[in-house]
Amino acid sequence: MQTVSAVMAHVLGNIINLTGPGHYVNWGFIQLSVANLVVIGLMVVVFFAAILIPFKRPGGGDR
Amino acid sequence: MTMDTETPVNAAAGLPEDAHQLTAKLRGAAIEALPPDKLMPDRQPAYVASWIYVFGILTISALAVVILTGLVLSIFGPDWWHLSTVGLFVNSLHLWSVEVFFFCMVIHLWGKFFMAAWRGRRRATWVTGLVTFVVSVAAAFTGYLSQQNFDSQWISTQAKDGINSIGAGAIFNVTNFGQMLMWHIVLLPIAVGILVGGHVLLVRLRGVVPPFAPPDRPTGGAAQPAPAVSEVQP
Repeated sequence: MQTVSAVMAHVLGNIINLTGPGHYVNWGFIQLSVANLVVIGLMVVVFFAAILIPFKRPGGGDR
Repeated sequence: MTMDTETPVNAAAGLPEDAHQLTAKLRGAAIEALPPDKLMPDRQPAYVASWIYVFGILTISALAVVILTGLVLSIFGPDWWHLSTVGLFVNSLHLWSVEVFFFCMVIHLWGKFFMAAWRGRRRATWVTGLVTFVVSVAAAFTGYLSQQNFDSQWISTQAKDGINSIGAGAIFNVTNFGQMLMWHIVLLPIAVGILVGGHVLLVRLRGVVPPFAPPDRPTGGAAQPAPAVSEVQP
């Protein structure tokens, strides 16, 4: 279990390097971390997906 | 108070001679406002068959995980959640369920905003949802202050200036761990629980807000009541 955790930590650490200062975007007096910006972008994507993707009913067929 | 062992014919209605009692009046008012089939309906209006209507219950589901993991954290304490493998895992579950909670809540809020969900006497539903959002931000904030690590120290020393600038520092001291922990695990969860409970009851009372009518109809954009349960499709 420890080995799996160590491998996962190594792999994830190479993909997303959290060592060092965070990355920020600045727009006037607004300062936003890239991580938060990614989350906001995901929320926008999921919001439009929720509106556009048809909802399957238990009885079959779309809405 | 009537001391009678006789079982009434209709347990919900009670005995006629007890109708003047406060419990009987409260029960009657509650059943009249929210009868069981309205409180826990089997079917929803046809327009609810859209993914955008799912994010309310997703938010509540995430809140349930937040509360459950928070209860586990409170049992074992900071040493456990910082040092043990299982503690770190539950601590992470607590954090990520909060992330999911806010993620779903914001999408729910956007959806309801663009539906103008305050239509049709649903103003109180909208307001309780909005207040829940604000109180939840405070709950999350005090959670970050209760981590017992350098991150919480950094956040508290940054936040104290903001809190002091509005004159609230004397009664809400963000560098006081004990006070912030009590706000986080007692006061604010109780507030969120009451608000969410009231919000859900209002949704049941007023119904889920219907979409805007097409513009070619006379009632286009106007508030309209939710169709009765008998009018809905499965």
